[in-house]
Amino acid sequence: MFLKSLLRKQSFRAKLYQVLLLISLSLGLAYLFSNTMQNMHQRGIQGGFGFLFDPAGFDISESWIEFNSDESYAKAFLVGLINTIKVSLISIMTCTALGILLGLGRFQENPLIKLICYLYTEFFRNIPLLIQLLIWYVLMVEWLPDSQSPIQISFLNFNFFLSKDGFAFPWFNDLVTGYAFVSPEFIDSNITGGATLSPEFMALYIGLSIYTSAFIGELVRAGLLAINKGQIEAGLSLGMTQQQVTKLIVMPQALRVIIPPLTNQYLNLIKNSSLAVAIGYPDLVNISNTALNQTGHALECVFIIMAIYLVLSLLTSWLMNTYNNRVMLRG
Amino acid sequence: MNSIFFKRYYLKCFTANMRVPTITLIFSALALHNCVAFAGKTLDSVKQKDVVTCGVNTGLAGFAQADAQGKWSGLDVDMCRAVAAAVLGSAEKVKYVPLSAPQRFTALQSGEVDILSRNSTFTLTRDASLGLSQTVVTFFDGQGFMVPTQSNIKSVKQLKNATVCVQSGTTTEKNLTDLSKANKLDIKPIVFEKLEAANSAYFAGRCKAYTTDASGLASIRAREAKNPKDHIILSELISKEPMGPMVKRGDDEWLAIVKWVIYGLIEAEEYSITSANLEQLKADSQDPKVLRMIGKSEDMGKLLGLDREWLSKAILATGNYGEIYERNVGEKTSLGLKRGLNAQWTKGGLMYAMPIR
Repeated sequence: MFLKSLLRKQSFRAKLYQVLLLISLSLGLAYLFSNTMQNMHQRGIQGGFGFLFDPAGFDISESWIEFNSDESYAKAFLVGLINTIKVSLISIMTCTALGILLGLGRFQENPLIKLICYLYTEFFRNIPLLIQLLIWYVLMVEWLPDSQSPIQISFLNFNFFLSKDGFAFPWFNDLVTGYAFVSPEFIDSNITGGATLSPEFMALYIGLSIYTSAFIGELVRAGLLAINKGQIEAGLSLGMTQQQVTKLIVMPQALRVIIPPLTNQYLNLIKNSSLAVAIGYPDLVNISNTALNQTGHALECVFIIMAIYLVLSLLTSWLMNTYNNRVMLRG
Repeated sequence: MNSIFFKRYYLKCFTANMRVPTITLIFSALALHNCVAFAGKTLDSVKQKDVVTCGVNTGLAGFAQADAQGKWSGLDVDMCRAVAAAVLGSAEKVKYVPLSAPQRFTALQSGEVDILSRNSTFTLTRDASLGLSQTVVTFFDGQGFMVPTQSNIKSVKQLKNATVCVQSGTTTEKNLTDLSKANKLDIKPIVFEKLEAANSAYFAGRCKAYTTDASGLASIRAREAKNPKDHIILSELISKEPMGPMVKRGDDEWLAIVKWVIYGLIEAEEYSITSANLEQLKADSQDPKVLRMIGKSEDMGKLLGLDREWLSKAILATGNYGEIYERNVGEKTSLGLKRGLNAQWTKGGLMYAMPIR
């Protein structure tokens, strides 16, 4: 009797369905897992994550932390992760700035600016990113001068060099006397000092920024279009300045529309950075490919990539949601 | 694994899933699929499907490449064709599955392909831990370096601080690092997954040198360089890369078939049995060794579970090993590779087939 009345309650039934779904889902996952383990065992494949602590045995061309081939696979993965974060972070900043300019450009009086912004958006968002990356990369390595004869730009006391070896610029160096800000020098047909961004990094950075900025431009445009023209006119007729209207009326409402899809674009950018593998930038996927080929632990390596991208994405989305909560309309 | 075990396993899989909610029905379908996949021995399933599924490279001149009509050719491809001819009577009964380097072993382990013939090096790690069996070396290769002729680099020792373009997916990165460490060269590797990107980076001058297997370098130079003479392949090889087909572990009969078809092709060259003179030999040869191979005396095929003519069919379809080599990668082709290590043992090479008797 009790059970029957309980079953009639909609709230109980809703919970029951959820619990049932959860149970069957976890049973299914557990089955997939045990089945995979059993099959691997039967086929004589050795599994497990123990290989992460073996020496990696391969070098990595660029890294923000010291790495040599005697260190573990785990550290190699870390280098890859840092490279992924590095390129994603810088690209996110650039594409946001570009995207805002692009979105605002579509509202300009000047027809030429309007047209350029329109063409830029349509051109870059309609060509597959992989193709764009390959084109940027090939253009870069074809057009940049040989490393023996780099382009030099000097500004005050600082030198910048551009060649097939990359873009060298002044940066903090670890010298005998401690950290110091050092400008690169061209000595004996070699560039020393400062820091260098490789052509692979630059191609990936430019490709990702430009591709994503085309989408963000459209988001900004949509956000601005969502505001009733009457509100702006009302603000102006109340004696507010243009800046005040933008700050107090337009932005709070536009951001509310822009932020959630913007989060999506950031997540896409992070995931798209895995295309680095095509043009030789040592990101997470590139490193794990090498690890996979050397150890043959395909399942484990793919699992690591999945887990790391998941964490990165969740983290980004959490940050963006926190920001969204702050700009959201209260009511 | 015997068949009774499989029947029981099959039944267990089936009954275990009799009373389950709808969602797990999907998984039970998966489970059933798995039970079946285990049951068939490769030879039976190949005969039943009437096709040999062969994992090949997505495109490597001389070893595996498809032409405009989708017809595959190459040294690796011919190994599959020979096996298909020996087992099914026709070299056309091959289904090709182009595999990237990271995909290849998984495809073999999961039973997606019957043979993996994709310029893969035999190593201890792969043999012992990847659930596969290595058959016979069909090409002795080694990791080499290509440099622009005008760079005047004559030895790998001159690559100090050099940026080197690497094609990923092999043991290449590790060999390069070993070389760099042993000679204190401090080489910077740039690892590409896409062959096209690696090629354009090297030919545009991003890297001082390009490294992969020497045969691969010859193939790239023949196809991609504006003028092949502008690039030289250094004579030093920094690794041993014995390559050949692999099969899934645990099916000894299938392993034996693939092994002996390849031995047969190699031995056929040793005894000068070619696709051209095969019929002639069948009619008038007196040599017992030759007669045994072409199925005119003892029935060697029966021992492998094949018919009497197995090796004749293979030789007729692809020619002997020498013919396969010359047609695909030999000196008259664009790759222009000398026989070198791949010559018969009687001519100073390493090709030494176990005797068919």
